[in-house]
Amino acid sequence: MPVTISSARTAGGFVKKIKELSGENLHLCYQCGTCSGGCPAASHMDLSPRQIIHLARLGLDEDIADCRTVWVCASCLACTVACPRGFDLSRLMEAIRQLSLRQRADHVRPEDIPMKERGELPQIAMVSGLRKFSG
Amino acid sequence: MQLAYYPGCTLKTKARNLEEPAVASLEALGLELEEMDRWNCCGAVYSLADDDLIHQVAPVRNLIRAKERGKDRLVVLCSFCFNALKRANLLMSGDAAKRDTLNTFMDEEPDYSGEVRVLHLLELLRDEIGWEALKKKVKLPLRGLKLAPYYGCTLLRPREVAIDDVENPTILQDFLAALGAIPVDFPESTRCCGSYQVVSDPGDIPGYARDILNPAVRRGAGGLVLTCPLCDYDLGKGQEELVKNEESGGVPLFYFTQLLALALGLDPAVCHFELNYGDPEALLREKGLLSPEGTPQKTGGKA
Repeated sequence: MPVTISSARTAGGFVKKIKELSGENLHLCYQCGTCSGGCPAASHMDLSPRQIIHLARLGLDEDIADCRTVWVCASCLACTVACPRGFDLSRLMEAIRQLSLRQRADHVRPEDIPMKERGELPQIAMVSGLRKFSG
Repeated sequence: MQLAYYPGCTLKTKARNLEEPAVASLEALGLELEEMDRWNCCGAVYSLADDDLIHQVAPVRNLIRAKERGKDRLVVLCSFCFNALKRANLLMSGDAAKRDTLNTFMDEEPDYSGEVRVLHLLELLRDEIGWEALKKKVKLPLRGLKLAPYYGCTLLRPREVAIDDVENPTILQDFLAALGAIPVDFPESTRCCGSYQVVSDPGDIPGYARDILNPAVRRGAGGLVLTCPLCDYDLGKGQEELVKNEESGGVPLFYFTQLLALALGLDPAVCHFELNYGDPEALLREKGLLSPEGTPQKTGGKA
């Protein structure tokens, strides 16, 4: 897809916020795609993990805003331990999720979980899921 | 030797079949676990956002409780709790600025700077007892049991909390070999089961389970050996769907602690096999490792 790059975007508020929230240097990534290649959730994603990094550092937040990818990432850290540049993608995914959750845009609300599942799910699933998907 | 023990919420309810055989086995091995008299939720997941310190308070409080009791090691059984507690501990020992903020915020607590070592039970078995010594304690060698060790994510990632080699772990294989079982190596043993995606997208879970279970079965495994209650749930529930859709035959899922208790000759009732997915008792009877009078299998998996 065509991408318009501008310094106003790459130095803009979105990039600043995700750098601050993730604590990561987005320029470490050289787009080798090891993260996408090893991601067990990649087939459930619309944007690949590699694309998320690229779009995020270009400040193209509207291209990421409605993507499924950041919500499909389960922070399994397969990418983190495999990255040849030492970039922790799980922290970038978290930063993007947090930007949305902090706008009170919950991805999952407790009341959305069917009653039967609430009784069956182990506590660690409920606690971790609601911590990752609600603000 | 007395060790502080942190159980966590899930082990007291859904995963009693992980906890109870562990506690009984350690007693049989002469290691006494002292469950902390006060503990709270560990938070289940480690906070990844750099400014989110409030979610570190819960795990750090547990570490302070262990230190207060004069314990220098905290043993954890649940993989999720292990990961959350160990990462919080590393934050407190390695990040002076955040440590100070947290210690100041928790002004009712004594200061903490990561003095307690967080250990997983498998590390304790490997490093305190040793595989050779464990082998000598085995009363019922698990002969003929071909099982695939499944590590999941949280015992191995990130690198700084890993209990073994991140890419090529062998701790579960070594454990199984010590018990007399035959470990089946398979390439998906550290692949994510889908984790808490079961909360948001339960429909995706059978696909994750298929990508783990089928390669293990193709390599000749008669069952999987797990450490984590969420892996157990995702693989167990996922497998039920796969069996329904004839995408998989279905194999028993064991917790490693159940196999330990069985091999040490403890009463199988302590294993709570009735809480397992995939009918492990049928396989154990077939291999002559459980008498026909063993605890009866209830159908339908967990309550």
